Amino acid sequence: MSDADTRLSAVLSSIPYARFIGMRAELAGDEMTAILPFADHIIGNPMLPAIHGGVLGAFMEMTALAQLSIAEPLKRQPRTIDISIEYLRSGRPLTTFARAQIKKVGRRIANVHVEAWQEQRAAPIAALRGHFLLTSAED
Amino acid sequence: MSRDDSPKDQHRLIATAMNAGSPQARALGFETLEIGGGVAILKVPYRPEIVGDPETGVIAGGVVTTLLDHASSQAVHAAMAEWTTIATLDLRIDYMRPAEPGRDILARAHCYKLTRSVGFVRAVAYEDHPDNPVAAAQAAFMLDSSAGRKPGANLKPPRDPGDKA
Repeated sequence: MSDADTRLSAVLSSIPYARFIGMRAELAGDEMTAILPFADHIIGNPMLPAIHGGVLGAFMEMTALAQLSIAEPLKRQPRTIDISIEYLRSGRPLTTFARAQIKKVGRRIANVHVEAWQEQRAAPIAALRGHFLLTSAED
Repeated sequence: MSRDDSPKDQHRLIATAMNAGSPQARALGFETLEIGGGVAILKVPYRPEIVGDPETGVIAGGVVTTLLDHASSQAVHAAMAEWTTIATLDLRIDYMRPAEPGRDILARAHCYKLTRSVGFVRAVAYEDHPDNPVAAAQAAFMLDSSAGRKPGANLKPPRDPGDKA
């Protein structure tokens, strides 16, 4: 396992809520894909049924945190400063994927964009932009 | 649509249905403490499984996101005289400080403007008082979001894959 692999599994297993919703992630080189298998307990609207918007937001937020953790060694989890979520399509009872792009990492703050999709990458179901406070391992 | 003389009993029923009927809300143990007049106050009880960082023992930011989304949508229902389907368009959250370890978190959401198509909500998450928030949110909801869509609509593939589901 590479350092990034180790850091990724460490960060995801260290977030109890990530386990609670059943989230995992895979690395292909330096590219990470977060995966949220469908499960009954992540449903928000049982009529359609649709995945809870909050779960999708949390999934994308934790995707951003995981991406930051593999990008560089951090002593502790980055702290979320703010997030802005756009809901584009309802989350159907299918596996959801997400990828994060670190737009900028400064000394203290990182800006990350995340997109989540199901059957088609070109038809995202939700997007997130966020700022995160970093504490690097050197501090 | 009236905001002030809303039938409290109906709002209470909607809150109960949304907390017990939504598997994620049930899994997290969401409880509506107050609802009516465009305002909803919800609680998520502390549990070790929903912690974000075991080093601190604080409830995960993602749980706060889910709570604020859920509370905000109940505030929209609490602002409407009649029930209709709604969907979150966007949700922005500022995290002001870490929550206190081991404590329940409350969210107070207020739907301060309702148009024919959109409900606008502000919400805060806190332990003791809304004046000392853990997080603050601003959200917009589309009203009558599943117009014409029947129960189980999401079980079928969308007609046009690029279509808004």
